[in-house]
Amino acid sequence: MSGPNVYVPGDAAALSVGADALANLLAATGANIIRNGSRGMLWLEPLVEVEQDGERYGFGPLDEDDISALLDTGFLTDPKSVTHDKALGPVKELDWMQKQTRFTFVRCGVTDPLSLDDYLAHGGFDGLKAALAASETIIDTVKQSGLRGRGGAGFPAGIKWQTVADAKADRKYIVCNADEGDSGTFADRMLMEGDPFCLIEGMIIAGIAVGAEKGFIYLRSEYPHAQIALEAAIAIAREAGYLGDKIAGSDHRFDLEVRMGAGAYVCGEETSLLESLEGKRGQVRAKPPLPAHHGLFGKPTIVNNVLTLATIPFILAKGAKAYEEIGFGKSRGTMPIQLAGNIKQGGLFETGFGITLGELVDEIGGGTASGEPVRAVQVGGPLGAYFPRDLFDTPFDYESFAAKDGLIGHGGVVVFDDSVDMAEQAKFAFEFCAIESCGKCTPCRIGAVRGAETVAAIIAGDRPDDHLNLVEDLCETMKFGSLCALGGFTPYPVMSALTHFPEDFRTAPAERKAS
Amino acid sequence: MVAGLYSETHVREIASSLSGLEGPLLPILHAIQDQFGHIPEEAVPVVAEVLNLTRAEVHGVVTFYHDFRREPDALKTLKLCGAEACQSMGVRALKAEAENLAGPDVEIETVYCLGLCATAPAAMLDGKVYGRLDKKKLADLIGART
Repeated sequence: MSGPNVYVPGDAAALSVGADALANLLAATGANIIRNGSRGMLWLEPLVEVEQDGERYGFGPLDEDDISALLDTGFLTDPKSVTHDKALGPVKELDWMQKQTRFTFVRCGVTDPLSLDDYLAHGGFDGLKAALAASETIIDTVKQSGLRGRGGAGFPAGIKWQTVADAKADRKYIVCNADEGDSGTFADRMLMEGDPFCLIEGMIIAGIAVGAEKGFIYLRSEYPHAQIALEAAIAIAREAGYLGDKIAGSDHRFDLEVRMGAGAYVCGEETSLLESLEGKRGQVRAKPPLPAHHGLFGKPTIVNNVLTLATIPFILAKGAKAYEEIGFGKSRGTMPIQLAGNIKQGGLFETGFGITLGELVDEIGGGTASGEPVRAVQVGGPLGAYFPRDLFDTPFDYESFAAKDGLIGHGGVVVFDDSVDMAEQAKFAFEFCAIESCGKCTPCRIGAVRGAETVAAIIAGDRPDDHLNLVEDLCETMKFGSLCALGGFTPYPVMSALTHFPEDFRTAPAERKAS
Repeated sequence: MVAGLYSETHVREIASSLSGLEGPLLPILHAIQDQFGHIPEEAVPVVAEVLNLTRAEVHGVVTFYHDFRREPDALKTLKLCGAEACQSMGVRALKAEAENLAGPDVEIETVYCLGLCATAPAAMLDGKVYGRLDKKKLADLIGART
């Protein structure tokens, strides 16, 4: 006598708005509670789904007070017939789900993240099977798919893999960069919590492709829920023979470890991440040599973002063409875009490249949460540019954003309404760089501090014209003189704020406050 | 979390048990902090000796990372996200509010991004996450824990 299947997400975003309390209340009714990942409709979290005749009906966003009224409607026995203002109907038919092309996130929110049976029933390890059947063509398939690194730099994954495969060494490593520090991004977290086997499968395939037998997932310490999910999934995969000496009965060996970062944004930069994994200060290394030649402990190493590696199983299972035929220009496939900040409908939206920024913010996201007009949108994390409405026709792809002096980075889109003070945001960009700088190169270490001081002077109305020139000059120096993207890209938010919102820098503080 | 009293033997045990890992220093420091609530100064030479590093190298790592504390933690630390997505939802005003509300036992620490950017403003307390914070929820959170 078990009750209906009821899905209550265990995703951290759902937990942050009370999912655990709902799960407890519903468990008391005798329902069979499944803690799935999030579907990505974060404005509807906690989103509870009740299964009836194989269809899943959504209710959200729920709080504890809703439960008794919903129980009175009989939503656990006949969710299909419930009329309630939080009854959403079949989840997979919701607009948000229908409009997406879900390749990387196909299982996230659907399956029980730690059920290997569920994973297998939803196409899990099909990619590995294909990889084992034709291991010598894995890299060609990845190249043909056009997959580019999803961490932000957009380097072709297949070429990186080829470089590591061609390198001669007694040991090679696969390192997953799970140090997702950009504000406005949470796709890695959602995937690791909602479909951890997918990342594991991608890393195994990478190992087979280049001849590496050891992988590390470098995970930021701000993601304790992802750590729990990954470590549990790794143990299950090892037990089932997917990790260890004979992967899925083959002659390949591969094993994985999760390593926790310690609160350093710069460790999302690949060479600094490698230093950190080696047990050192997370200071950036000069390149060359590339990590593909001289990476972790000096050995050839693939460093890929979570999303890059988690997309590999799809590509191997469905073929390069299925992935490559979606996309825009040189950006092939899909991008899991994260809509965040002051947005009515925030969440994860995976779609082919080419959708415009305006469609994302106004149509998919529904404008601001506050109901005030959208003034600025920061795309690509704290090192990404602020875009005004005038640039909303920009297609979401690597090259189009670069052409507008911006970047898509890891796909985070943070919306601000018209209360934002862009001079304050420019100052923050420098401050953040100063806090997180590894200190190795002078433009970043000193430039960030001087930049914050100079913007503060502008805000205070102290010789604004002189100081604006100084900021521009400083940005040039940081952009071209820094060792890595932290110092090198901090000019993006600063200069975009200056270029697109000059009025915020030239108005005396009193007038700005009044207006 | 109840921090244990410092014990050199214990530090040596932790360091020795993890020294076989590739790149063992960060896992060791995390384990020490889990045990004692911070990285006691006296632990640095012990770890250095076990790993055959200089004290300066270990000190350099301890001081590089924001997570490693060299002093015991406040009784409660509310990690309030201060990054852009939370800024867009008013965390600057909320932070000022939090600092007013916090008693001597609560420390308000600004962190940069908890990955809860679509349920902003967000915070973490005792390993639990809280989203869509407003003044009332924040007061409950701080009040309930002091």
